[in-house]
Amino acid sequence: MSDTLIFVIISLIKSVVVVALLLLGVAIGVYLERRILGFIHLRYGPNRCGPFGILQTIADGIKLFFKQDITLPVTERTLYVVAPIIAGVTALFPFVAIPFADKVLPDAINLFGRTIDLTQYSMNRGVIADLPGGILFILAVSSLSVYGVLLAGWTSDNKYSFLGGVRVTSQMLSYELFLGVSIMGVLMVTGSIRMTEIVEAQKHMWNIVYQPVGFILYMIAGFAEACRTPFDLIECENELGSGFNTEYSSMKFALFYLAEYIHIITISAIAVTLFLGGWQGPWLPSGLWFIIKVACLFVFFIWVRGTYPRVRFDQLMSLGWKYLFPIAMANLIVTGVCVLIS
Amino acid sequence: MRKEIIKLNVGPQHPSTHGVLRLLVELEGEVVVSCDPDIGYLHRGIEKLMENRTYHRSIPLTERVDYLAGAANSLGYILAVERLLGIEEIPPRARYIRVIVAELTRIASHLFWLATHGHDLGAMTPLFYALRDREVIMDFFEKWAGKRLFPNMFRVGGVAKDFPDGMEQEIRKFAEELPEKMKDYETLLTKNPIWINRTKGVGVLSIDEVLDWGLSGPMARGSGLDFDIRKVDPYLGYDEFDFVVPLGKNGDTYDRYLIRLEEMRQSCRIILQALDRMPKGDIMIDDYKVAFPPKEKVVNGEYLIPHYLLVVKGFKTPKGEVFHHTEAPKGELAFYIVSDGSEHPYRVKIRTPSFVNLQVISKLAKGRLLSDLIALIGTIDIVLADVDR
Repeated sequence: MSDTLIFVIISLIKSVVVVALLLLGVAIGVYLERRILGFIHLRYGPNRCGPFGILQTIADGIKLFFKQDITLPVTERTLYVVAPIIAGVTALFPFVAIPFADKVLPDAINLFGRTIDLTQYSMNRGVIADLPGGILFILAVSSLSVYGVLLAGWTSDNKYSFLGGVRVTSQMLSYELFLGVSIMGVLMVTGSIRMTEIVEAQKHMWNIVYQPVGFILYMIAGFAEACRTPFDLIECENELGSGFNTEYSSMKFALFYLAEYIHIITISAIAVTLFLGGWQGPWLPSGLWFIIKVACLFVFFIWVRGTYPRVRFDQLMSLGWKYLFPIAMANLIVTGVCVLIS
Repeated sequence: MRKEIIKLNVGPQHPSTHGVLRLLVELEGEVVVSCDPDIGYLHRGIEKLMENRTYHRSIPLTERVDYLAGAANSLGYILAVERLLGIEEIPPRARYIRVIVAELTRIASHLFWLATHGHDLGAMTPLFYALRDREVIMDFFEKWAGKRLFPNMFRVGGVAKDFPDGMEQEIRKFAEELPEKMKDYETLLTKNPIWINRTKGVGVLSIDEVLDWGLSGPMARGSGLDFDIRKVDPYLGYDEFDFVVPLGKNGDTYDRYLIRLEEMRQSCRIILQALDRMPKGDIMIDDYKVAFPPKEKVVNGEYLIPHYLLVVKGFKTPKGEVFHHTEAPKGELAFYIVSDGSEHPYRVKIRTPSFVNLQVISKLAKGRLLSDLIALIGTIDIVLADVDR
């Protein structure tokens, strides 16, 4: 058995585990969001399905699964059907390069009387693929997620969805840009774009200490990327009546829903990896630390949703281009000077 | 560059049109080129229905004109009928009960406005806070009248029922606590930069424009026009209460938001003063030709017959016409009743604030973004039942 084949097998196993955990995370995340929002709103939230309502998401999932799948007689039928699949799949991509734990396998294993070195290709570590240009890959594939929403908006043959699609294009494209700039500071401090090295460089001090402005900027951009309140303009139910996903039902709708929450988890996971020390932490196993940190950021997303109104479209644009982008550039320059001096 | 205009139907089934309002909007990108409100989806012909009913039997109909401020509408109607009959004085206790209920209704209406307006702009949490406080008022009405939205307790010549025992203390507690609770809204909205950005400079109206369009209520006072009928043309003895009419400076959505918040606080003050001055005693005049005799006396024939006649035939009004306006939560609510001397009004015209205020939306929305249109619907504070009647 060649090493490549072993690498493929191990990566596949890791992928399955990660996807399963992500889907579980989404289920728990949706439940958490509804409970915490209920807590903020002085109401109960779901509390009927199972103990404390924890089975509510599963019940909702089953309901969506068995609902009639209405496919509209739209002009671009193929794209209309493919759009939710694109949204769901592209949302999963960035997790390929995100290290979620320290070591998950021993350095070498004995298989059929042969010793296989698992340190090559970082097979023993808690990352599906330890890409040399990990952060670039993440930035590249997270840009793809705009396609799903965009196509959904354009092919729905609905003016409200169309407006949602137009909004998402300009929103995500402009925020993608300064999301990239906001994390450049981290890369300069660390001196590497490999995700595992970025995590290991934070062994003694988290990057948030060196890059507080970068972290805040990244989180704002993250809210815009994930299209969450206060930047949930593409689906604001009060103006566009749910926007791009109005014309989708059943599992097609569920895929969009899934994509939205995976997006939040991804944004949180990248923030944890780049700024909050990744899986590093004392006493507890590394994977658990990663999950705890991601969960904290996820709750932060929910908290903001319970607190803020929604910004207007033109204000979102001017906020991004007039204020945040210059700040991000200034942060980059200051970081560069500091790195040069030290 | 070729410009294309999208024609968009906002409503009648749209989450932010506060009912069945249909706005025919022409969009250029996201900018509203023209906005034409199309109304009539909730027309129930209340004015026509009233022509075939006795004066008392119209009271439940009038409460349904603006369903978020039921008692305020029947108050306006009752006062108009009383003016037609020439009833100048009602027992003081009845008068104070009317004032308290009218102000509670104003608070309830404003709280509901705050809830929906906030939610339209994406702020979810104030919705639940405001509805929590409104729920207390609904509970008062339920305890007093058995009905939550439409107490239907005002009668010509007084009120049908006194407050139950202990309710005065509860109302006092509520009126004292509400300004404290409203600090939550202040933290969530008033100083929130996103909220300020969304509302400041949106829907600006000058005093001249307000007068030209005939606006009233917070829409007029937001632009600084000192026009509150409780002060300008006092009814129910409002001139004896000490309260301030808040006025705005810029005439934008943010000012109108602040004014409605302040009006709630002033209403609390009025309620507290009314509770202080409320005497014990009768709640109905003793002219049993127009007013219902007390229920416990109806077993007696002396009272039974007028009661029977009032219910079955109603009372006759002198021939003539009467106009009476009140300050409803949403603005000037006026009843114009023409009487031909029979038991039924010959014609009733209801001048509802929402109907008059709504027309300004086509002016305000022009050149603004679609998101601003939603904010404008909220700031005008329309109830479609009030528009269509």
